[in-house]
Amino acid sequence: MTQQVISANRLSDGLVVYLASDDSWSEWISRSEIATDEAAAEGLLARAKWAEENRIVVDTYLVHVAEYDGEVRPTKYREFIRATGPSVRPDLSKQNYVRAAKG
Amino acid sequence: MYLYDEIDQTLVDERVVQFRDQVSRRMSGELSEDEFKPLRLMNGVYLQLHAYMLRVAIPYGTLSSEQMRKLAWIAKKYDRGYGHFTTRQNLQYNWPKLEDLPDILAELAGVQMHALQTSGNCIRNVTADQYAGVAADEVADPRVYAEVIRQWSTLHPEFSFLPRKFKIAVTGSQNDRAAVKVHDIGLIVKRNLAGELGFEVIVGGGLGRTPFVGPTIREFLPERHLLSYLEAVLRVYNMLGRRDNMYKARIKIQVHETGAEEFTRLVEAEWDQIRDSAVDLPAGEKERIASYFVPPRYEMSSDAEDVLARHKREDAEFTRWVDTNVFAHKAGGYAIANISLKPIGGVPGDATSEQMEAVAALADRFSYSEVRVTHEQNLVLPHVRKDNLFALWQTLKSYDLDTPNLGRVSDMIACPGMDYCSLANARSIPVAQAISERFADLDRQHDIGELKLKISGCINACGHHHAGHIGILGVDRKGEEYYQITLGGSGAEDASIGEIVGPAFAYDAVVDAVETLVDTYLAIRADGERFLDTYRRVGKDPFKEALYGAA
Repeated sequence: MTQQVISANRLSDGLVVYLASDDSWSEWISRSEIATDEAAAEGLLARAKWAEENRIVVDTYLVHVAEYDGEVRPTKYREFIRATGPSVRPDLSKQNYVRAAKG
Repeated sequence: MYLYDEIDQTLVDERVVQFRDQVSRRMSGELSEDEFKPLRLMNGVYLQLHAYMLRVAIPYGTLSSEQMRKLAWIAKKYDRGYGHFTTRQNLQYNWPKLEDLPDILAELAGVQMHALQTSGNCIRNVTADQYAGVAADEVADPRVYAEVIRQWSTLHPEFSFLPRKFKIAVTGSQNDRAAVKVHDIGLIVKRNLAGELGFEVIVGGGLGRTPFVGPTIREFLPERHLLSYLEAVLRVYNMLGRRDNMYKARIKIQVHETGAEEFTRLVEAEWDQIRDSAVDLPAGEKERIASYFVPPRYEMSSDAEDVLARHKREDAEFTRWVDTNVFAHKAGGYAIANISLKPIGGVPGDATSEQMEAVAALADRFSYSEVRVTHEQNLVLPHVRKDNLFALWQTLKSYDLDTPNLGRVSDMIACPGMDYCSLANARSIPVAQAISERFADLDRQHDIGELKLKISGCINACGHHHAGHIGILGVDRKGEEYYQITLGGSGAEDASIGEIVGPAFAYDAVVDAVETLVDTYLAIRADGERFLDTYRRVGKDPFKEALYGAA
C-alpha cells in the first residue's frame, strides 16, 4: 500500500513543512497526515491548494513515505534530505537546529 | 575599487523599495506566486530544497573589507551563520526568510551591493581573473573592462529577456584563471604588434548539458570597440537563439549549429552597422573608470624579502603554505595570498561569519582593505607585503583558513548538490569531503601536484566537472546516487572537455575510483608531468583498465 504526505515550503520563511491532520503545517514529517489511497491523497492535495491560495505555503506536492522502525520517512533520498536537513550539516538538521532555535 | 556614483546608488536603492513593495503585495495576496516568482528571481531570490536562497552578486569577484564584513553580518543576523562562495564568484545564503529579504537587500545596498542579474535570462554578473590588477603575468587590468561591461549590461533593456542566461568572463593574462573559454563570451586582454590594447573574443563556450570550448571569433578587437562588438554578438544571439527549446537556447548551441565562421560573419555584419555609433564609451570614460582601479600606494620595505626568507627557514609548515598558496605580485616586495576555503573534510566554498569577519580584518591589516573571490571557491588577499605573510598565516591558522592546498586534489570545486539544490540528482559535498579526507596527507597531495578535481550534482554542471582534470558528475539511477567520471578536462588556457572514462560508480565506490586514477597517474607519469599532461600523453586506456580491469 502506498503512503503519501503533502510537503511544501512556507511562504514567509521558505522552510520545508508538512500538512498535519488539523490543517496546520509542521516542520516535522512525523506530524503529517498520511494518505493511504488515491482518494485520500486527492483530499490532501485539495486542502494543500487551499493553503497555497491563502498564502500559507508554496509549491505543495505529494511525497511517498514509508515506515522504517516506526518512523515515517520519505522513500526518496532527495525527500529524506528535505525532511531532515543537509546531510553534511548535522548541526543544521531539523532535529538539532529547529529544537535549538525554539529552545 | 569602483565606487558607485549617484546613478548606481539610486538604481539599487530604488530596487530595494520596489522589492519591499513586491514582497508586501505577495504577503497580502495582491500578487500570486506565479506573478511574484519572476520578480523575486530578478532580485536573486530562489526557492531551493530547504528554503529560500539569496544569491548576492560580487562583480568580478572584488570585495572591500567593509562589504565582506556586511556579508558576514547578514549571515549572522538573517541566516545561519555562514555563506557559500560559488563558481560565479558570488555568495549564496541558504536560509534567508522572505519577510527579511527586503531588509537584507537594503543592508547590501548600503555597501554598494545587490543581487541584480544573478538569475534570469539576462547578462549575468561579469566574472574575471581573481588576480586582476596585481598578477605579475598580466597585460592589463581586466576589472576596468569588467566594470565597463557591468555598467553597460545592468538592466540593459534589449538584453533583459535573452533566449537564455548569458555569462561573460574577462582575463588580462594568457594564464587563464577565469575559465574564459567555457563562457558565453570570454575576453582575453592582449596587445597587438603596435602595442595597442584590445581583446581576443571567444564566443559560445560553456559547460552544462552540452559542453563546448568556445571558438575565437576575433583575434584582436581594438579596446575602444568593446561594447559595440559585444552588442553585435548579443544582437545576433537575441535574434537567432533557440527560444523554442530551453536546452538548445544557450549561445553555444547557436554557434555550434550555425558554425563559427558563419556566426562570425553575422556578428561582423551587425557590428558594421553600429561600430561607430554611440554604443562605445565616450572619450575619457574608460580613463574615469580605470582611475578607480589604480593600485594602492605600496609601502616598500627594503627587507621584506629577507624577513620572508627568515620566516620560511624557521617554519616548514609556513613554507609549505607560501609555496602553495602565495602567487607572484607585480609589485616588488608584495605577494598575492590565497585563502583556501577547502579545509580537509570541509564544505568547499563555505565560510562562517567569523571567518568572513577575520578575512575582512586581515584585509584591513595587510591588503589595503581588498578581498577577491575566485571561481574555484577560494578567497584572495591581493596585496600583502612579503614580510607580513607570516603574521597573516598565523591568524589564518587560528580560523582554519590556512590549508596549503591551492590547485591540489583537495582544492576541489563542488556545487551545493542535493544537500541544498532543488535541481540536483545527487550529492556533491559529501563526495568532496570524502575525497579530501582520503587525500588528507598533504605530503601526498604535494607529491601528486596540480590536480583539478571538480564535482557537479547534476548535468547543469555548476561544479564545472567537464573542465576538471578529473570530473565527477552525480546522476540518479533508480533513486540511487551514482557518479560518472570524466578525465582530461581543463578550464584554463589549455581548455578541453573531459571524456567519460566508463560506467558510473556507486556513492560508496567513487572515492576508491579517484584514488585508483591518482595511483595510476603516479605510476606512469613522466618527470614534471601533471595529471592532465599524463592523461593527454597516454590517453584514457591505462586509467580505464585500472578502474574496470582489462577489456
